[in-house]
Amino acid sequence: MDEAEPTYAPPPGQDAIVAALRLGDDRAFAALVDEYGPAMLRVARMYVSTRAVAEEVVQEAWLGVIAGIGRFEGRASLKTWIFRILSNTAKTRGAREGRSVPFSSVTGGDGEGGEASVEADRFLSAGRWAGHWTSAPSRWSELPEERLVGGETMGVVERAIASLPDVQQAVITLRDVEGWSSDEVRNILDLSETNQRVILHRARAKVRRALEAYLDGERT
Amino acid sequence: MSDRDLTCQELVELVTEYLEGGLSDDEREHFEKHVVECGGCSNYLDQIRVTIELAGRVTVDDLQDETKTGLLAAFREWKRQ
Repeated sequence: MDEAEPTYAPPPGQDAIVAALRLGDDRAFAALVDEYGPAMLRVARMYVSTRAVAEEVVQEAWLGVIAGIGRFEGRASLKTWIFRILSNTAKTRGAREGRSVPFSSVTGGDGEGGEASVEADRFLSAGRWAGHWTSAPSRWSELPEERLVGGETMGVVERAIASLPDVQQAVITLRDVEGWSSDEVRNILDLSETNQRVILHRARAKVRRALEAYLDGERT
Repeated sequence: MSDRDLTCQELVELVTEYLEGGLSDDEREHFEKHVVECGGCSNYLDQIRVTIELAGRVTVDDLQDETKTGLLAAFREWKRQ
């Protein structure tokens, strides 16, 4: 067996998890399924047609993880290794379904021209102050906590994310919902740094707009 | 970047690059100078931060219980072999 590249060090605790899995510790396995399951579903959804097929893909990927854990060499993190298995499984399944790979557009589904983060009519169009706010955004962090994080507001956020194109949905879910780093997302979704950033930018801008429509009244 | 100041309309398109640490020193300086002087853009940046914070509270769709049970059974089966 070749040695792993010297620059890579596994995250703390990973060796113990891998050892537990190899010993057949089912609590370690169940914890891992709980931790990565939702993100795996989201990633699988980019490649296949339905939630149900995505669930099957995730299941198949875990069976691959079980079968392969004895061969895991620690060249990448366990997480990266698991998600590589997942995306390969999902791509194969998507190809069988006749779905095309979703990264046809740099913006992740908005079309080439893309769209502005904020509607153009929110800015002055001419004169010395062209490009400056006509109606400035309000300060949300000063809103009462119960309004900001209340069930209705969270519903707005959830619906806004759910209505994004698949790739944008995957990127914002991994980055902002699951708290992954940009490197992890780029690595697992095969995106360039710029591409990942543009997609995240579009996704956050749309969620912000949905929140603004709700929190500040129907101003859009 | 030129020495011309950023407009608000330009600034909102740079927010993610700013938060990701992707701006050059010069660009970041222009960005921060604008935010300090402009209440609207300061609030916009605040809104994006709140958006990120709220997204972090979303509960994501999880695997179905029967899938998890099936996987655990498969794992135990593997262990026996």
